Amino acid sequence: MKIGIPKEIHPGEKRVATTPEAAEQIIKLGFSVQVESGAGLGANISDEAYKEVGVEIVDNAKTLWSTADIVMKVRAPEQHPELAIDEIELLSEGGRLISFIWPAQNEALMQKLAAKNATVLAMDSVPRMSRAQKLDALSSMANIAGYRAVIEAAQHFGRFFTGQITAAGKIPPAKVLVIGAGVAGLAAIGTAKSMGAIVRAFDTRPEVKEQIESMDAEFLMLDFKEEGSGTGGYAKTMSKEFIEAEMALFARQAMEVDIIITTALIPGKPAPELITQGMVESMRPGSIIVDLAAEQGGNCALTEKNQVVVKHGVTIIGYTNLPSRLANQSSQLYATNLRHLLTELCPEKNGTINVNMDDEVLRGTTVIKEGKITWPPPPPKLSAAPAPQTEAPACSAAQEQQKKSIVPDSIKQFIPLVIAGAALFGIGSVAPASFMAHFTVFVLACFIGYQVIWNVTASLHTPLMSVTNAISGIIVIGALVQVSSPIQNISILAGLAILIASINIAGGFLVTRRMLEMFRK
Amino acid sequence: MSHSLVTMSYIVATILFIFSLSGLSNQETARKGNYYGMLGMAIAIIATALSASVTSYTILIVALLIGGAIGARAALKVEMTQMPELVAIMHSLVGMAAVLVGYANFMDSSLSLSGVEKTIHEVEIYIGILIGAVTFSGSVIAFCKLSERISGKPMLIPGRHWFNLGLLIASIVLGWMFLQETETGGGSIPLWIMTGIALVFGIHMVMAIGGADMPVVVSMLNSYSGWAAAATGFMLSNDLLIVTGALVGSSGAILSYIMCRAMNRNFISVIAGGFGTSGGEAAVVEGEVTPINADETAQLLLDAKNIMIIPGYGMAVAQAQHTVNEITKLLRDKGKKVGFGIHPVAGRMPGHMNVLLAEAKVPYDIVYEMDEINEDWGHVDVSIVIGANDIVNPSALDDPNSPIAGMPVLECWKGETTIVLKRSMASGYAGVGNPLFVLENTRMLFGDANATMQAVLKALKG
Repeated sequence: MKIGIPKEIHPGEKRVATTPEAAEQIIKLGFSVQVESGAGLGANISDEAYKEVGVEIVDNAKTLWSTADIVMKVRAPEQHPELAIDEIELLSEGGRLISFIWPAQNEALMQKLAAKNATVLAMDSVPRMSRAQKLDALSSMANIAGYRAVIEAAQHFGRFFTGQITAAGKIPPAKVLVIGAGVAGLAAIGTAKSMGAIVRAFDTRPEVKEQIESMDAEFLMLDFKEEGSGTGGYAKTMSKEFIEAEMALFARQAMEVDIIITTALIPGKPAPELITQGMVESMRPGSIIVDLAAEQGGNCALTEKNQVVVKHGVTIIGYTNLPSRLANQSSQLYATNLRHLLTELCPEKNGTINVNMDDEVLRGTTVIKEGKITWPPPPPKLSAAPAPQTEAPACSAAQEQQKKSIVPDSIKQFIPLVIAGAALFGIGSVAPASFMAHFTVFVLACFIGYQVIWNVTASLHTPLMSVTNAISGIIVIGALVQVSSPIQNISILAGLAILIASINIAGGFLVTRRMLEMFRK
Repeated sequence: MSHSLVTMSYIVATILFIFSLSGLSNQETARKGNYYGMLGMAIAIIATALSASVTSYTILIVALLIGGAIGARAALKVEMTQMPELVAIMHSLVGMAAVLVGYANFMDSSLSLSGVEKTIHEVEIYIGILIGAVTFSGSVIAFCKLSERISGKPMLIPGRHWFNLGLLIASIVLGWMFLQETETGGGSIPLWIMTGIALVFGIHMVMAIGGADMPVVVSMLNSYSGWAAAATGFMLSNDLLIVTGALVGSSGAILSYIMCRAMNRNFISVIAGGFGTSGGEAAVVEGEVTPINADETAQLLLDAKNIMIIPGYGMAVAQAQHTVNEITKLLRDKGKKVGFGIHPVAGRMPGHMNVLLAEAKVPYDIVYEMDEINEDWGHVDVSIVIGANDIVNPSALDDPNSPIAGMPVLECWKGETTIVLKRSMASGYAGVGNPLFVLENTRMLFGDANATMQAVLKALKG
């Protein structure tokens, strides 16, 4: 099958859907690849580089669209500025298209594509599963956006990121707050951190705390219990109380930090407004806000889409094309994502694709199959979030158990003492003097045993036990004094007792010795 | 030998026994302590043999020699991994001896006591036999459980607490009958019945105690054997027996208490038996394990700086301690920091792991107790769990319904990577599933511990 890569026509879009490296691999899968002339220029890839790996260069976009069996793009189809025709019109009847689509936001586009009987795979609809990670273009683009956000901030920021003590004075490190620790947020944390800034991060999903801390950033805790994880590892909308607590936190941070990078998005909804005008005003002049959610309305109230604006002395960056500002890198990653998708589509490497709707990954990615809209897919079976753990049952169970006891604890403690006292008194009142002498010895010996053993090291428990075992063989004395009895039965019993007690003595001491011989430093 | 001289020898023996026990509480003095014990025992036996009460020596010497020979043979032959069984069976011997001495004393009519003294003497005989019999049967069951002749699972009969109470009441009633009958020179029938009851009680008590509590049981039986000796001492008015019995009895009791504390278990509930029968359903462990092979394990070890080894009963079974020691030596030579983390109840006996590691000549200054290392897991790059299960079970901390809930465990999952050596996915002695195995940073190395350790060693040598 023939794969066509047209030049991107969206203003400012520099990415391209395949690179020479990826194309080479795709050709190995049995496909033939053609690229529109000049498609890679924005990403610093010349037509010659494509030609070298066996890609055919087509001069005319119309020819390319009409001859290709599969068209791979970055942006969703739109009106062609030069040809004055919609790209959808260029797509042949029953053709196949792989690109970003955003089906939720682009219903008209979906209808038009369906009318063309097309098969469309949306790179933004790849399900979030471990197996699908290699085709997850959203993640690879978000990674770039997070990196680029810090670079953009650094460009507009009037100071170093890292703290230094120089002959010309002390430079404090920049303080960066990252809101939303998804892929982009984490990439931003890592970049800012490696540039030497102090990084703090916030997210409504508690399970990302560890990830943030693993990047060596500080996780801002909200003293409020609410689970922020939605399905598929994304965030969900939080309750009013939570948002209030969250806003108070941001207001405090806004006064302190130099750079805020917001990445908060909720799937299928406008971006939540997290940074109010008041917060912007409270920031120090020269501070920077990078709003990665500008496309969806922005996390900051003053963000202007695709613009850099300075308001109240704060530079607010609302670029929506951050990946495109790193065109070579993002083209490489996107092209690799596409190549992985083709590998999934063409398991037999024979150059034809099979959109297998039983495959969970392909099912999720396919938004239109032969003219039928198949979006949205059934919900994914797996969620990345762990089951909630509460410790509450433990406490209540313990309390219940305590309630069951009728006698209060204070009295309970005295009961054994009272019983012991009464028993001692009872014995003392009837026992003869000789018994009391023995009893004295007995009680004192118990206390000696207690004192001697209390500090034993755990490693010596076994030898200690075997030596006490040997010593308890002292019972042989009892048998010894009886063995000379004139009554034969008694001496037989006593003899037997001597026999087994002496097994104990010899065995106990010798095995202890053997063990102790082995302990050495 | 005169009576005073015998008494003096007894005092010397007593002091030696105290030295012996206190010597055993420290590594440096432990060996000396053992010799003190031997010396004390020798003095006690010789003094008694030479005292006025012993006149015929044939049985005495023959019995001593045979018994000593059997004991010495057993001590020198036993495998270190079978130590728990050996100790348990030896406890039963003390119990048995106490019963025999008690009966002999009961049959001995030469003593002429009267009034309260006579009553007290009879009570002493009764109690001595009772404790002896319980110790005997309990130790035999403990021996069978430890040597896996019978299942380690707790056997719980319905209404077992009432059953125990019934046995106790029966013993008291029989004791009263016994005292009545001895007035007229009889009493042997209640004594026999009581002995039977005591045996049943001992069996039932240990049967109801689960495998994970076995170390406590062994040390508790050790305590009982001491009390049996003390009771015999009362019966014979022999201070040496009383003192020594009390020493052993109280030290055993304290040891049991220390161990219960280590497991965060109530002593009474251990003795009452029925491990983990209260509470709701424990959480079922779900998830997939990540297997690893010996070569990858070796690579992980070579990449690590700080390695912690957690041995368990599985290491004892597989006799892997020598291989483990060789791996330890090799890694230490390569400049790695290697330590051993020992849980207080690892193995089937208190201090079981220490004995095995010592046998393999692992230096004891790299062997750490749980409390010494549990704070430091964050610095550990790789921890290797060898045949241990319950002592590294995170559900003890976070699942209130787990049968081992509340027991302190080695928190190895806080380290970078945990490698678990296991024969199969069976659960531990406590019969509890272990969520550690399915954690993301856990790798499972399946197979016999010794064989896999050998393979790792080979891979390390490269």
